[in-house]
Amino acid sequence: MSSRKIVLNFPKEKIDKPIVYKLIKDCNLTFNILRANITPDQEGHMVLELVGENSEIEKGMKYLKEEGISTQPLSKDIKVNWDKCTQCGVCVAICPTDALYIKDRKTMEVAFDSDKCIACELCIRPCPPRAIELTF
Amino acid sequence: MVKTIAEINEKIKKGVAVVVNAEEIIDLVEQKGIEKVAREVDVVTTATFGPMCSSGAYFNFGHSKPKIKAGGGQATLNHVPAYAGWAAVDLYIGATALPADDPRNQVHPGEFAYGGSHVIEDLVAGRDVRLQVEAYGTDCYPRKHLDTWINIRDLNEAVLFNTRNAYQNYNVAVNLSNKTIYTYLGVLKPSLGNANYCSAGQLSPLLNDPYYKTIGIGTRIWLGGGIGYVVWQGTQHNPHAPRLENGVPKRPAGTLAIIGDLKQMHPRWIKGVSFVGYGTTLNVGIGVPIPLLNEEICKSAAVRDRDIFAAVVDYSEVYPQGKTEVLGEVNYAQLKSGEIEVNGKKVKTAGISSYKNALTIANDLKEKIKKGEFLVTEKVADLPVGDTAPKFGPLKERPVKEEK
Repeated sequence: MSSRKIVLNFPKEKIDKPIVYKLIKDCNLTFNILRANITPDQEGHMVLELVGENSEIEKGMKYLKEEGISTQPLSKDIKVNWDKCTQCGVCVAICPTDALYIKDRKTMEVAFDSDKCIACELCIRPCPPRAIELTF
Repeated sequence: MVKTIAEINEKIKKGVAVVVNAEEIIDLVEQKGIEKVAREVDVVTTATFGPMCSSGAYFNFGHSKPKIKAGGGQATLNHVPAYAGWAAVDLYIGATALPADDPRNQVHPGEFAYGGSHVIEDLVAGRDVRLQVEAYGTDCYPRKHLDTWINIRDLNEAVLFNTRNAYQNYNVAVNLSNKTIYTYLGVLKPSLGNANYCSAGQLSPLLNDPYYKTIGIGTRIWLGGGIGYVVWQGTQHNPHAPRLENGVPKRPAGTLAIIGDLKQMHPRWIKGVSFVGYGTTLNVGIGVPIPLLNEEICKSAAVRDRDIFAAVVDYSEVYPQGKTEVLGEVNYAQLKSGEIEVNGKKVKTAGISSYKNALTIANDLKEKIKKGEFLVTEKVADLPVGDTAPKFGPLKERPVKEEK
Protein backbone atom coordinates (compact mmCIF):
# COMPACT_ATOMS: atom_id res chain seq x y z
CA MET A 1 0.00 0.00 0.00
CA SER A 2 1.14 3.53 -0.61
CA SER A 3 -0.39 6.98 -0.46
CA ARG A 4 -0.21 10.08 -2.56
CA LYS A 5 -1.48 13.62 -1.88
CA ILE A 6 -2.82 15.37 -4.95
CA VAL A 7 -4.65 18.55 -5.90
CA LEU A 8 -7.54 18.04 -8.31
CA ASN A 9 -8.59 20.95 -10.51
CA PHE A 10 -12.16 20.49 -11.73
CA PRO A 11 -13.24 22.47 -14.79
CA LYS A 12 -16.73 23.86 -14.18
CA GLU A 13 -18.44 21.43 -16.55
CA LYS A 14 -17.18 18.47 -14.50
CA ILE A 15 -18.44 19.67 -11.12
CA ASP A 16 -21.56 17.48 -11.29
CA LYS A 17 -19.76 14.23 -12.22
CA PRO A 18 -19.38 11.52 -9.55
CA ILE A 19 -15.61 11.54 -9.93
CA VAL A 20 -14.71 10.58 -6.39
CA TYR A 21 -17.26 7.78 -6.31
CA LYS A 22 -15.60 6.24 -9.37
CA LEU A 23 -12.19 6.43 -7.79
CA ILE A 24 -13.47 4.32 -4.93
CA LYS A 25 -15.55 1.87 -6.90
CA ASP A 26 -13.50 1.28 -10.06
CA CYS A 27 -9.99 1.80 -8.72
CA ASN A 28 -10.45 0.33 -5.26
CA LEU A 29 -8.83 3.38 -3.60
CA THR A 30 -9.50 4.79 -0.18
CA PHE A 31 -8.85 8.45 0.44
CA ASN A 32 -8.97 11.36 2.86
CA ILE A 33 -10.45 14.63 1.69
CA LEU A 34 -7.94 17.12 3.03
CA ARG A 35 -9.63 20.16 1.55
CA ALA A 36 -12.40 20.88 -0.94
CA ASN A 37 -13.66 24.01 -2.61
CA ILE A 38 -16.27 23.16 -5.20
CA THR A 39 -18.95 25.65 -6.19
CA PRO A 40 -21.53 25.14 -8.98
CA ASP A 41 -20.66 26.97 -12.22
CA GLN A 42 -17.13 27.68 -11.05
CA GLU A 43 -13.83 25.88 -11.22
CA GLY A 44 -13.33 23.60 -8.22
CA HIS A 45 -10.31 22.39 -6.29
CA MET A 46 -9.99 19.41 -4.05
CA VAL A 47 -7.05 18.02 -2.12
CA LEU A 48 -7.09 14.26 -1.68
CA GLU A 49 -4.82 11.75 -0.10
CA LEU A 50 -5.22 8.58 -2.14
CA VAL A 51 -4.40 5.29 -0.45
CA GLY A 52 -4.11 1.99 -2.31
CA GLU A 53 -1.80 -0.25 -4.32
CA ASN A 54 0.52 1.66 -6.63
CA SER A 55 -1.07 0.16 -9.72
CA GLU A 56 -4.50 1.23 -8.53
CA ILE A 57 -3.33 4.77 -7.78
CA GLU A 58 -1.92 4.92 -11.32
CA LYS A 59 -5.23 3.67 -12.66
CA GLY A 60 -7.03 6.37 -10.70
CA MET A 61 -4.68 9.06 -11.99
CA LYS A 62 -5.25 7.85 -15.57
CA TYR A 63 -9.00 7.98 -15.01
CA LEU A 64 -8.81 11.56 -13.73
CA LYS A 65 -6.78 12.59 -16.76
CA GLU A 66 -9.31 10.99 -19.13
CA GLU A 67 -12.08 12.90 -17.39
CA GLY A 68 -10.23 16.16 -18.04
CA ILE A 69 -9.33 16.79 -14.44
CA SER A 70 -5.82 18.06 -14.09
CA THR A 71 -3.84 17.06 -11.04
CA GLN A 72 -0.64 18.12 -9.38
CA PRO A 73 1.25 16.86 -6.37
CA LEU A 74 0.16 18.64 -3.20
CA SER A 75 3.69 19.72 -2.35
CA LYS A 76 3.41 22.45 -4.93
CA ASP A 77 0.59 24.09 -3.07
CA ILE A 78 2.01 25.83 -0.01
CA LYS A 79 5.18 27.74 -0.66
CA VAL A 80 7.36 29.43 1.91
CA ASN A 81 9.19 32.46 0.61
CA TRP A 82 12.37 32.10 2.65
CA ASP A 83 13.61 35.55 1.64
CA LYS A 84 10.60 37.07 3.38
CA CYS A 85 10.56 34.66 6.35
CA THR A 86 11.78 36.23 9.59
CA GLN A 87 12.33 32.86 11.30
CA CYS A 88 9.80 33.45 14.06
CA GLY A 89 7.61 30.59 15.17
CA VAL A 90 4.06 31.84 14.66
CA CYS A 91 3.37 29.26 11.95
CA VAL A 92 4.97 26.46 13.94
CA ALA A 93 2.46 27.03 16.74
CA ILE A 94 -0.47 26.87 14.34
CA CYS A 95 0.46 24.09 11.90
CA PRO A 96 -1.73 21.07 12.80
CA THR A 97 0.51 18.49 11.13
CA ASP A 98 3.98 19.81 12.09
CA ALA A 99 4.77 20.42 8.43
CA LEU A 100 6.13 23.76 9.63
CA TYR A 101 8.52 22.83 12.38
CA ILE A 102 11.73 23.68 14.22
CA LYS A 103 14.47 21.83 12.39
CA ASP A 104 17.21 22.37 14.93
CA ARG A 105 16.50 23.11 18.59
CA LYS A 106 19.93 24.71 19.01
CA THR A 107 19.55 27.38 16.32
CA MET A 108 15.71 27.28 16.37
CA GLU A 109 15.62 27.26 12.57
CA VAL A 110 12.12 27.06 11.08
CA ALA A 111 11.67 24.58 8.21
CA PHE A 112 8.87 23.22 6.01
CA ASP A 113 8.22 19.54 5.24
CA SER A 114 5.90 19.55 2.25
CA ASP A 115 5.13 15.82 2.65
CA LYS A 116 3.33 16.56 5.89
CA CYS A 117 1.44 19.60 4.60
CA ILE A 118 -2.29 19.19 4.06
CA ALA A 119 -2.64 22.71 2.62
CA CYS A 120 -5.17 23.73 5.27
CA GLU A 121 -3.98 27.35 4.88
CA LEU A 122 -4.12 28.06 8.63
CA CYS A 123 -0.57 29.42 8.49
CA ILE A 124 -1.08 31.95 5.70
CA ARG A 125 -2.73 34.92 7.41
CA PRO A 126 -0.97 34.64 10.78
CA CYS A 127 2.52 34.73 9.21
CA PRO A 128 3.77 38.21 10.28
CA PRO A 129 5.91 38.91 7.17
CA ARG A 130 3.27 37.11 5.00
CA ALA A 131 5.93 34.78 3.67
CA ILE A 132 3.63 31.81 3.07
CA GLU A 133 1.81 31.58 -0.24
CA LEU A 134 -0.75 29.26 -1.68
CA THR A 135 -0.24 28.40 -5.32
CA PHE A 136 -2.63 26.30 -7.38
CA MET B 1 40.87 40.85 37.30
CA VAL B 2 39.69 44.24 36.07
CA LYS B 3 39.91 45.56 32.51
CA THR B 4 39.02 48.99 31.18
CA ILE B 5 37.07 49.93 28.06
CA ALA B 6 40.17 51.74 26.77
CA GLU B 7 42.31 48.59 27.11
CA ILE B 8 39.70 46.50 25.31
CA ASN B 9 39.44 49.06 22.51
CA GLU B 10 43.25 49.05 22.09
CA LYS B 11 43.06 45.30 21.52
CA ILE B 12 40.13 45.71 19.11
CA LYS B 13 42.09 48.30 17.10
CA LYS B 14 45.08 45.95 16.93
CA GLY B 15 42.80 43.13 15.81
CA VAL B 16 43.72 40.94 18.79
CA ALA B 17 40.56 41.23 20.91
CA VAL B 18 38.96 37.96 21.95
CA VAL B 19 35.27 38.15 21.10
CA VAL B 20 32.62 35.45 21.54
CA ASN B 21 28.84 35.46 21.34
CA ALA B 22 26.56 35.04 24.37
CA GLU B 23 26.05 31.36 23.50
CA GLU B 24 29.74 30.53 23.16
CA ILE B 25 30.61 32.16 26.49
CA ILE B 26 28.42 29.59 28.26
CA ASP B 27 30.52 26.61 27.17
CA LEU B 28 33.76 28.51 27.78
CA VAL B 29 32.80 29.29 31.38
CA GLU B 30 31.71 25.69 31.95
CA GLN B 31 35.09 24.44 30.65
CA LYS B 32 37.49 27.01 32.08
CA GLY B 33 35.68 28.75 34.93
CA ILE B 34 34.71 32.38 35.39
CA GLU B 35 38.13 33.67 36.46
CA LYS B 36 40.00 32.39 33.41
CA VAL B 37 37.32 33.39 30.91
CA ALA B 38 36.98 36.88 32.41
CA ARG B 39 40.72 37.30 31.85
CA GLU B 40 40.86 35.81 28.35
CA VAL B 41 37.67 37.11 26.72
CA ASP B 42 37.27 40.82 26.01
CA VAL B 43 33.78 41.16 24.58
CA VAL B 44 30.59 39.07 24.53
CA THR B 45 28.08 39.87 21.79
CA THR B 46 24.35 39.69 22.50
CA ALA B 47 21.44 40.23 20.13
CA THR B 48 17.72 40.10 19.56
CA PHE B 49 15.43 40.17 16.52
CA GLY B 50 11.71 40.46 17.05
CA PRO B 51 8.61 42.61 16.82
CA MET B 52 8.99 45.90 18.71
CA CYS B 53 5.89 48.07 18.44
CA SER B 54 7.29 51.24 20.02
CA SER B 55 9.47 51.86 16.99
CA GLY B 56 9.42 54.57 14.38
CA ALA B 57 11.48 56.87 12.23
CA TYR B 58 11.76 60.60 11.76
CA PHE B 59 13.11 62.40 8.76
CA ASN B 60 13.48 65.74 7.07
CA PHE B 61 12.25 65.64 3.46
CA GLY B 62 13.67 69.00 2.34
CA HIS B 63 11.92 72.23 1.41
CA SER B 64 9.75 72.36 -1.68
CA LYS B 65 9.47 75.43 -3.91
CA PRO B 66 7.36 77.27 -2.91
CA LYS B 67 7.74 76.18 0.68
CA ILE B 68 5.18 74.23 2.70
CA LYS B 69 4.80 73.81 6.47
CA ALA B 70 3.56 70.30 7.26
CA GLY B 71 3.53 71.28 10.94
CA GLY B 72 -0.05 71.76 12.10
CA GLY B 73 -1.29 70.13 8.93
CA GLN B 74 -1.55 66.51 7.88
CA ALA B 75 0.89 64.18 6.18
CA THR B 76 0.76 60.62 4.90
CA LEU B 77 3.39 58.22 3.53
CA ASN B 78 1.91 55.64 1.17
CA HIS B 79 -1.40 56.73 2.75
CA VAL B 80 -0.18 55.91 6.28
CA PRO B 81 -0.49 58.97 8.56
CA ALA B 82 2.77 60.47 9.83
CA TYR B 83 3.11 62.83 12.79
CA ALA B 84 3.61 66.38 11.54
CA GLY B 85 3.39 68.39 14.75
CA TRP B 86 6.76 70.08 14.58
CA ALA B 87 8.71 72.33 12.18
CA ALA B 88 8.06 72.65 8.46
CA VAL B 89 9.42 69.49 6.83
CA ASP B 90 10.13 67.06 9.68
CA LEU B 91 7.90 63.99 10.01
CA TYR B 92 7.75 60.98 12.34
CA ILE B 93 6.17 57.71 11.27
CA GLY B 94 5.32 55.09 13.88
CA ALA B 95 5.34 51.34 13.29
CA THR B 96 1.70 50.73 14.21
CA ALA B 97 0.17 53.61 12.18
CA LEU B 98 -2.48 52.50 9.66
CA PRO B 99 -4.03 54.11 6.58
CA ALA B 100 -7.35 55.87 7.32
CA ASP B 101 -9.18 53.43 5.04
CA ASP B 102 -7.68 50.23 6.46
CA PRO B 103 -10.64 48.07 7.53
CA ARG B 104 -8.84 47.21 10.78
CA ASN B 105 -10.83 44.65 12.78
CA GLN B 106 -14.21 45.40 11.20
CA VAL B 107 -14.14 41.83 9.99
CA HIS B 108 -12.30 40.11 12.80
CA PRO B 109 -9.49 39.10 12.67
CA GLY B 110 -8.24 41.90 10.42
CA GLU B 111 -5.40 41.51 7.95
CA PHE B 112 -3.42 44.73 8.58
CA ALA B 113 -1.57 44.30 5.31
CA TYR B 114 0.31 47.62 5.33
CA GLY B 115 1.18 50.14 8.03
CA GLY B 116 3.89 52.44 9.34
CA SER B 117 6.35 49.59 9.82
CA HIS B 118 6.06 48.71 6.13
CA VAL B 119 6.68 52.35 5.17
CA ILE B 120 9.89 52.24 7.22
CA GLU B 121 10.93 48.97 5.54
CA ASP B 122 10.17 50.45 2.10
CA LEU B 123 12.34 53.47 2.91
CA VAL B 124 15.19 51.27 4.19
CA ALA B 125 14.94 49.09 1.08
CA GLY B 126 15.39 52.19 -1.12
CA ARG B 127 11.88 51.98 -2.59
CA ASP B 128 10.03 55.15 -3.54
CA VAL B 129 7.38 56.24 -1.05
CA ARG B 130 4.49 58.62 -1.81
CA LEU B 131 4.39 61.69 0.43
CA GLN B 132 1.19 63.73 0.62
CA VAL B 133 0.90 66.88 2.73
CA GLU B 134 -2.10 69.10 3.41
CA ALA B 135 -1.16 72.41 5.04
CA TYR B 136 -3.01 75.63 5.87
CA GLY B 137 -0.53 78.01 4.26
CA THR B 138 1.24 80.99 5.81
CA ASP B 139 3.03 84.06 4.49
CA CYS B 140 6.39 82.32 4.88
CA TYR B 141 5.13 78.83 3.85
CA PRO B 142 2.43 79.58 1.24
CA ARG B 143 1.99 76.15 -0.28
CA LYS B 144 -1.03 74.09 0.82
CA HIS B 145 -0.70 70.78 -1.03
CA LEU B 146 2.16 68.46 -1.80
CA ASP B 147 2.01 65.07 -3.53
CA THR B 148 5.40 63.65 -4.44
CA TRP B 149 7.53 60.53 -4.50
CA ILE B 150 10.39 60.54 -2.02
CA ASN B 151 13.32 58.19 -1.58
CA ILE B 152 15.57 57.68 1.43
CA ARG B 153 18.67 58.66 -0.58
CA ASP B 154 17.25 62.17 -1.06
CA LEU B 155 16.13 62.77 2.54
CA ASN B 156 18.29 65.15 4.55
CA GLU B 157 18.14 62.94 7.62
CA ALA B 158 16.39 59.61 8.14
CA VAL B 159 16.66 58.32 11.68
CA LEU B 160 15.24 55.28 13.41
CA PHE B 161 14.15 56.35 16.89
CA ASN B 162 12.51 53.65 18.99
CA THR B 163 11.15 54.54 22.41
CA ARG B 164 10.96 50.98 23.73
CA ASN B 165 13.03 48.08 22.41
CA ALA B 166 14.93 45.02 23.61
CA TYR B 167 12.63 44.13 26.53
CA GLN B 168 14.49 42.39 29.31
CA ASN B 169 12.38 39.21 29.37
CA TYR B 170 8.75 38.85 28.35
CA ASN B 171 5.52 36.97 29.06
CA VAL B 172 4.71 33.53 27.71
CA ALA B 173 1.22 33.96 26.27
CA VAL B 174 -1.51 31.31 26.46
CA ASN B 175 -5.28 31.29 25.97
CA LEU B 176 -7.55 29.78 28.63
CA SER B 177 -10.79 30.70 26.85
CA ASN B 178 -12.73 28.45 24.49
CA LYS B 179 -12.17 30.52 21.34
CA THR B 180 -9.09 31.43 19.29
CA ILE B 181 -7.62 34.85 20.11
CA TYR B 182 -5.38 37.07 17.97
CA THR B 183 -2.63 38.91 19.83
CA TYR B 184 0.68 40.66 19.35
CA LEU B 185 2.18 37.34 20.42
CA GLY B 186 0.52 35.56 17.54
CA VAL B 187 -2.56 33.38 17.24
CA LEU B 188 -3.40 31.63 20.50
CA LYS B 189 -5.56 28.55 20.16
CA PRO B 190 -8.29 27.89 22.76
CA SER B 191 -7.91 25.89 25.96
CA LEU B 192 -4.12 26.12 26.18
CA GLY B 193 -3.71 25.17 22.51
CA ASN B 194 -0.25 26.74 22.31
CA ALA B 195 2.18 28.94 24.26
CA ASN B 196 4.06 31.75 22.52
CA TYR B 197 7.10 33.45 24.02
CA CYS B 198 9.16 36.42 22.82
CA SER B 199 12.78 36.74 23.88
CA ALA B 200 16.14 35.55 22.63
CA GLY B 201 16.77 34.21 26.15
CA GLN B 202 20.47 33.56 26.70
CA LEU B 203 21.34 35.77 23.69
CA SER B 204 19.13 38.71 24.68
CA PRO B 205 21.10 41.91 25.55
CA LEU B 206 19.59 42.93 28.88
CA LEU B 207 19.32 39.34 30.15
CA ASN B 208 23.11 39.14 29.85
CA ASP B 209 23.63 42.34 31.83
CA PRO B 210 20.76 42.17 34.31
CA TYR B 211 21.74 45.20 36.42
CA TYR B 212 22.88 47.30 33.40
CA LYS B 213 26.51 47.39 34.54
CA THR B 214 27.85 47.96 31.00
CA ILE B 215 24.75 48.83 28.95
CA GLY B 216 23.64 52.40 29.55
CA ILE B 217 22.98 55.74 27.94
CA GLY B 218 25.52 56.25 25.16
CA THR B 219 26.21 52.57 24.51
CA ARG B 220 27.02 51.99 20.84
CA ILE B 221 24.97 49.14 19.36
CA TRP B 222 24.43 47.19 16.14
CA LEU B 223 21.07 48.44 14.88
CA GLY B 224 19.31 47.14 11.79
CA GLY B 225 22.66 46.33 10.22
CA GLY B 226 24.08 49.80 10.90
CA ILE B 227 25.35 51.67 13.94
CA GLY B 228 23.03 52.94 16.66
CA TYR B 229 23.11 54.13 20.25
CA VAL B 230 21.18 53.69 23.45
CA VAL B 231 19.77 57.14 24.20
CA TRP B 232 17.72 56.55 27.33
CA GLN B 233 15.90 53.85 29.22
CA GLY B 234 12.91 52.72 27.17
CA THR B 235 9.35 53.51 28.17
CA GLN B 236 7.92 51.13 30.78
CA HIS B 237 11.49 50.44 32.00
CA ASN B 238 10.86 48.50 35.21
CA PRO B 239 14.03 47.42 37.03
CA HIS B 240 11.86 46.58 40.07
CA ALA B 241 10.51 43.39 38.48
CA PRO B 242 11.09 40.33 40.69
CA ARG B 243 14.47 38.72 40.07
CA LEU B 244 16.12 35.35 40.57
CA GLU B 245 19.25 34.97 42.69
CA ASN B 246 21.37 35.45 39.54
CA GLY B 247 19.78 38.89 39.11
CA VAL B 248 17.77 37.92 36.05
CA PRO B 249 14.22 39.32 36.15
CA LYS B 250 11.34 36.85 35.93
CA ARG B 251 8.94 39.37 34.40
CA PRO B 252 9.23 42.04 31.67
CA ALA B 253 11.75 44.48 33.20
CA GLY B 254 14.31 46.84 31.68
CA THR B 255 13.91 48.38 28.21
CA LEU B 256 16.00 50.57 25.90
CA ALA B 257 15.28 53.69 23.87
CA ILE B 258 17.54 53.59 20.83
CA ILE B 259 18.50 55.67 17.85
CA GLY B 260 20.40 55.12 14.61
CA ASP B 261 20.90 56.28 11.03
CA LEU B 262 18.19 54.62 8.93
CA LYS B 263 20.30 55.12 5.81
CA GLN B 264 22.84 52.56 7.08
CA MET B 265 20.25 49.88 7.75
CA HIS B 266 19.12 46.84 5.79
CA PRO B 267 15.53 45.67 5.14
CA ARG B 268 16.41 42.20 6.37
CA TRP B 269 16.83 43.66 9.86
CA ILE B 270 14.22 46.43 9.76
CA LYS B 271 11.15 44.60 8.60
CA GLY B 272 7.47 45.52 8.59
CA VAL B 273 5.24 42.70 9.83
CA SER B 274 1.51 42.21 10.42
CA PHE B 275 -0.12 40.30 13.26
CA VAL B 276 -3.55 39.12 12.14
CA GLY B 277 -6.28 40.65 14.32
CA TYR B 278 -3.77 42.92 16.08
CA GLY B 279 -2.01 45.30 13.70
CA THR B 280 1.34 46.17 12.20
CA THR B 281 4.67 46.27 13.99
CA LEU B 282 8.34 46.49 13.15
CA ASN B 283 10.80 43.64 13.46
CA VAL B 284 14.02 45.22 14.68
CA GLY B 285 17.46 43.63 14.82
CA ILE B 286 19.66 44.81 17.70
CA GLY B 287 23.10 43.66 18.77
CA VAL B 288 24.79 44.87 21.95
CA PRO B 289 28.42 44.18 22.89
CA ILE B 290 29.19 43.55 26.54
CA PRO B 291 32.79 44.38 27.46
CA LEU B 292 33.96 41.86 30.07
CA LEU B 293 35.38 44.35 32.56
CA ASN B 294 35.37 41.98 35.52
CA GLU B 295 34.30 38.53 36.73
CA GLU B 296 30.86 39.65 37.84
CA ILE B 297 30.04 40.95 34.35
CA CYS B 298 31.45 37.75 32.86
CA LYS B 299 29.29 35.61 35.13
CA SER B 300 26.14 37.49 34.13
CA ALA B 301 26.98 37.22 30.42
CA ALA B 302 27.32 33.44 30.78
CA VAL B 303 23.66 33.09 31.75
CA ARG B 304 22.02 29.99 30.25
CA ASP B 305 18.49 29.48 28.94
CA ARG B 306 17.74 27.19 31.86
CA ASP B 307 18.63 29.98 34.32
CA ILE B 308 16.15 32.45 32.81
CA PHE B 309 12.50 32.14 33.81
CA ALA B 310 9.42 33.79 32.31
CA ALA B 311 5.82 33.97 33.50
CA VAL B 312 3.02 32.12 31.71
CA VAL B 313 0.14 34.59 31.33
CA ASP B 314 -3.42 34.12 30.08
CA TYR B 315 -4.10 36.56 27.22
CA SER B 316 -7.85 35.89 27.02
CA GLU B 317 -8.68 37.49 30.37
CA VAL B 318 -5.74 38.23 32.69
CA TYR B 319 -3.64 40.35 30.31
CA PRO B 320 -6.43 42.37 28.64
CA GLN B 321 -8.12 43.11 31.98
CA GLY B 322 -4.87 44.29 33.56
CA LYS B 323 -4.82 41.53 36.16
CA THR B 324 -1.53 40.21 37.45
CA GLU B 325 -1.87 36.51 38.23
CA VAL B 326 0.41 34.10 36.40
CA LEU B 327 -0.11 30.44 35.58
CA GLY B 328 3.44 29.47 36.42
CA GLU B 329 7.04 30.08 35.49
CA VAL B 330 9.07 28.22 32.89
CA ASN B 331 12.65 28.59 31.72
CA TYR B 332 13.87 29.23 28.20
CA ALA B 333 15.39 25.77 27.82
CA GLN B 334 11.91 24.37 28.38
CA LEU B 335 10.37 26.93 26.01
CA LYS B 336 12.89 26.12 23.29
CA SER B 337 12.35 22.35 23.71
CA GLY B 338 8.96 22.82 22.02
CA GLU B 339 6.74 21.87 24.92
CA ILE B 340 5.94 23.14 28.41
CA GLU B 341 3.44 22.06 31.04
CA VAL B 342 0.70 24.49 32.10
CA ASN B 343 -2.07 23.54 34.53
CA GLY B 344 -1.01 19.90 34.14
CA LYS B 345 -1.40 20.00 30.36
CA LYS B 346 1.41 19.64 27.83
CA VAL B 347 1.40 22.72 25.62
CA LYS B 348 3.29 23.27 22.35
CA THR B 349 5.55 26.35 22.37
CA ALA B 350 6.73 28.76 19.69
CA GLY B 351 9.01 31.80 19.72
CA ILE B 352 7.90 35.12 18.23
CA SER B 353 11.39 36.56 18.55
CA SER B 354 13.77 34.77 16.16
CA TYR B 355 16.62 33.05 17.95
CA LYS B 356 18.22 32.10 14.64
CA ASN B 357 18.35 35.70 13.43
CA ALA B 358 19.54 36.91 16.84
CA LEU B 359 22.42 34.46 16.53
CA THR B 360 23.24 35.78 13.05
CA ILE B 361 23.33 39.34 14.43
CA ALA B 362 25.48 38.36 17.43
CA ASN B 363 27.93 36.70 15.04
CA ASP B 364 27.98 39.65 12.67
CA LEU B 365 28.73 42.01 15.55
CA LYS B 366 31.43 39.60 16.74
CA GLU B 367 33.12 39.68 13.34
CA LYS B 368 32.92 43.48 13.13
CA ILE B 369 34.58 43.85 16.54
CA LYS B 370 37.25 41.28 15.66
CA LYS B 371 38.04 43.19 12.47
CA GLY B 372 38.34 46.46 14.38
CA GLU B 373 35.26 47.98 12.73
CA PHE B 374 33.25 48.36 15.91
CA LEU B 375 34.62 49.76 19.18
CA VAL B 376 32.91 49.30 22.53
CA THR B 377 31.80 52.31 24.54
CA GLU B 378 31.79 53.51 28.11
CA LYS B 379 28.22 54.39 29.08
CA VAL B 380 27.68 58.11 29.64
CA ALA B 381 25.01 57.60 32.33
CA ASP B 382 23.37 54.61 34.04
CA LEU B 383 19.96 53.21 33.21
CA PRO B 384 17.74 53.54 36.29
CA VAL B 385 18.18 50.56 38.62
CA GLY B 386 17.76 49.95 42.34
CA ASP B 387 15.53 51.61 44.91
CA THR B 388 15.88 55.10 43.45
CA ALA B 389 14.62 54.09 40.00
CA PRO B 390 11.18 55.46 39.06
CA LYS B 391 8.27 53.08 39.61
CA PHE B 392 6.37 51.75 36.62
CA GLY B 393 2.64 51.61 37.20
CA PRO B 394 -0.75 51.44 35.53
CA LEU B 395 -2.87 54.45 34.58
CA LYS B 396 -4.45 56.23 37.52
CA GLU B 397 -7.70 56.73 35.68
CA ARG B 398 -9.85 59.66 36.78
CA PRO B 399 -12.91 59.52 34.53
CA VAL B 400 -14.14 62.90 33.37
CA LYS B 401 -17.78 63.49 34.26
CA GLU B 402 -19.80 65.39 31.67
CA GLU B 403 -21.28 68.57 33.13
CA LYS B 404 -25.05 68.64 32.91
